[in-house]
Amino acid sequence: MLWQTLFGHPVRAFGVVSLLLSISLAIAPAKNHFSEWRHYQNKYLSLIRGRGDAVTLERRFHDHDGIQQIWLPQLGVVDRCTSCHVGLKEASLADVSVQPFRRHPVIPHTLDQYGCVMCHRGQGPATTVEEAHRSTLAWEQPILPARYVQSSCGQCHRAPLTGTPQLNSGRNLLTRYGCVHCHTIKLPDGSAIQPTDDPPSLEHVADKTTREWIYAWLKDPQAYAVTATMPNFKLSDPDARDISAFLISNSTPIAGDTVPGNKNEKAPDPAEGASLYGESFCASCHAVQNAAGNVVGGDIGPELTRVGSKVKPEWLRAWLRNPRVYDPGTAMPHYRFTDPQLSLLTGFLGNKTDSDLLASVHLDAATPEQIAHGKLLVTEYGCASCHEINGIKKPDNFAPELTRIGSKPLTQIIFLPGMTHALPDYIAAKIRQPRSFGSALKMPQFSLAPAQIDALTTALLSLTDRAHDLPLALTVPSKPPSNYQPAGKAGKLMDDMACFTCHAINGRGGDLAPDLTWEGSSVQRPWLLAFLKNPGTLRPALIRRMPRFNLSDDDAKELTDYIMTVYQTPAFDRDSMPSTGYPPVQVEQGRQLFYSKYACQSCHIVDTKADKGYIGPSLTQVGSRLNAAWIYHWLKDPQAMRPGAIEPNRNMNDEDARALTAFLMTQKGSDKQEAKK
Amino acid sequence: MTGHGRTLFVLCLILGSAGCTHKSGPASALKPTGFGAALVESSGGKQIGATGTVLAQPLVVQVNDEQGNAVAGALVEFSGPAGVSFDPQGGVTDSSGQLSTNVTLGSMAFRYQLTARTSTKAQKPVDLKIEEIALGYQQMVGFQLDNKYCGRCHNPESSAERVSNFDNLEVKPHPFTEGETLNKMTDADLTAIISHGGPALNKSALMPPYGYTLTKTEIEALIAYIRLVSDPPPHVSGTVYAQK
Repeated sequence: MLWQTLFGHPVRAFGVVSLLLSISLAIAPAKNHFSEWRHYQNKYLSLIRGRGDAVTLERRFHDHDGIQQIWLPQLGVVDRCTSCHVGLKEASLADVSVQPFRRHPVIPHTLDQYGCVMCHRGQGPATTVEEAHRSTLAWEQPILPARYVQSSCGQCHRAPLTGTPQLNSGRNLLTRYGCVHCHTIKLPDGSAIQPTDDPPSLEHVADKTTREWIYAWLKDPQAYAVTATMPNFKLSDPDARDISAFLISNSTPIAGDTVPGNKNEKAPDPAEGASLYGESFCASCHAVQNAAGNVVGGDIGPELTRVGSKVKPEWLRAWLRNPRVYDPGTAMPHYRFTDPQLSLLTGFLGNKTDSDLLASVHLDAATPEQIAHGKLLVTEYGCASCHEINGIKKPDNFAPELTRIGSKPLTQIIFLPGMTHALPDYIAAKIRQPRSFGSALKMPQFSLAPAQIDALTTALLSLTDRAHDLPLALTVPSKPPSNYQPAGKAGKLMDDMACFTCHAINGRGGDLAPDLTWEGSSVQRPWLLAFLKNPGTLRPALIRRMPRFNLSDDDAKELTDYIMTVYQTPAFDRDSMPSTGYPPVQVEQGRQLFYSKYACQSCHIVDTKADKGYIGPSLTQVGSRLNAAWIYHWLKDPQAMRPGAIEPNRNMNDEDARALTAFLMTQKGSDKQEAKK
Repeated sequence: MTGHGRTLFVLCLILGSAGCTHKSGPASALKPTGFGAALVESSGGKQIGATGTVLAQPLVVQVNDEQGNAVAGALVEFSGPAGVSFDPQGGVTDSSGQLSTNVTLGSMAFRYQLTARTSTKAQKPVDLKIEEIALGYQQMVGFQLDNKYCGRCHNPESSAERVSNFDNLEVKPHPFTEGETLNKMTDADLTAIISHGGPALNKSALMPPYGYTLTKTEIEALIAYIRLVSDPPPHVSGTVYAQK
């Protein structure tokens, strides 16, 4: 009947068909007209209409209206985000806070260089809000929340960047908290990330501590030290009992790692012990929790708040005498303490106890079954991934590899009920509470602050497919790790004193103290010899200073000769300028320049009565400390002599630099003045 | 195209990427067992963090009674501008009268004014204003440079790691938070004094030039940072540089 009405007559049929045709033809333009991006572009126009620079903004908008696309074939980027985010490049929209019209914050890259999804993820080609920002059935890459956006920098930049502290901290945590002991993370160049922590060997642990302490530590490492990086394995009482039984029975003695104290010696004065602890700058590396609960001190060595409850006094004494007997690779220097000093320090540290720690630990003698069960647990939990344990090999690939974790497909992830189905949320939840994904999982509970969890998540999210597949020319690699090793007797001495724990030489070593790569060009021999024997303070404002290692004359001489001979810069000859004999006129000219034109007294002290600058090293005796040629070249370009030096480059002309060098070389200081400071 | 409703919803989703602050927190279900008269900041205010990230230290506030004694069991709720989120959003104070929350900053580089609120027995609200600063990439670079070079003299506060040189200088430098002075200086002035030192603006030579040490981009970053942390904030819309 309806058919008859519509198509009964040829003219009517023609009319109906035409109508249908025109409607179907109108669908495409109508879809276009009512599209979301057009809606936002219209909203943008009404937003800018009232502004002072409306004409300019409108003109720039109309140069590029319609759907916009950034196409970067080399990077695989097809981004249409700028169709709605119209104001990204408009600096004058700095006050606009509504999306999608905010201007983009200033970053080192431009939109046209890298597009949007490189950093923000999401679906670049999509033209609707839903499809671009959220995961759909077909596309599963949602937008990356702002809190993890620094991870994107890490896809190309392997070295730390000034503007990405969160990423840098996350990468540090990955190596410092031992993540990479169990999880392999390979870099695009094929090398694996190496851990920077040094978990102690347990081969001789019975010499060092008691079974009771191991039990308490296993149950809750942070109860012993709040800064402990060892995670909590949530062991049951019998499991902790059996592991401690196995570790103690499995330990082998090692000659010389315990020294009994002198029985007849009277108890050492705690105040003297404390002052020796201070003078030896133990706090540069070790922290102690004070009464207010604040952890004060460095984090290179373990926290010592309750060390007296942990280590045996005879072990502690031997360790302080020469730590390399127990652990040849330790970062702790060999201090060469005298016997009375050893007694003082052993007594002082031995008093740092906590009676609550072991009060409730009562262990019966271990049975063979318990020991066997302990060994099984140690293997199951992968303890040997971090610690050396007699008879147990370090397991390979103990935990899943994380090389491409940042691109893990959502379909491969089992989410917990109620969790947002997104990769960052999964990674963060997994770090926050690994066992919430199953009580049988082995991954232990780490003690991390929310900001640290976010930092770790950021570092892991940077390990994407894109990071691995980018053309190498587009990546910024980090400095390759240096395995520099000084040669001969001096090299052995430097290992013994753990110089590399604080100083870097040729790319290897810590950043707590100055880089010594060109030290031989910098300092004068007699000064260096005296300094090694008794390090004075060059920077009075610093809390962390070079400790005194009680070197013998021969050792100090050996080390001085090596440094003076080997660590010379090829940039200049250190003897090219005289150390004395500058004309008084030039010296006076230098003094004027020092105090007026260059105002060096802002940061340095030449005259201890008048000058107060406490940033740079004291220059009262710089004429007997540094070489003239070094001073001259330093003044010309400090960063060329020591990369990262904070002294500004003054673009000094040769004449000024020579006069200042002349003036500084007359600052020979006097012993009396030095002793006073 | 269901029109504005859906669009607004999606907009809201994007804006409050870390969650809208309007939703009722778990705190509303909690019953206070104590009431205080004053709310004080214990720690965690005036922190500096990157946009969109959680602050390194938790924000801790304390509820006190009229005598200044800590009150346990008092209800405290936190609120802030859109984009800021709190974990937890609120709760009751512990035995030492304190409540701690982790603050996630919004995605705009901005000085965020947060509010902690508790109420007295008479249901009168007591508010505490707290400020946290979020830095974008550029300001973050400036912040790091300030830490390395400038803060040694321009920041009068000493830390455990670094003793301030502020008091040792005959002519006192202006702290970067000193909006009164710094807002009067244009970006060009600041660039000049950073690049060429104090004498460029007839000021003390104790301020050395950094034009040969820092790049142009770094100096711009430093100025962006100074503009963000200065108190009171400057009355300009955005960095003048970016117009070029």
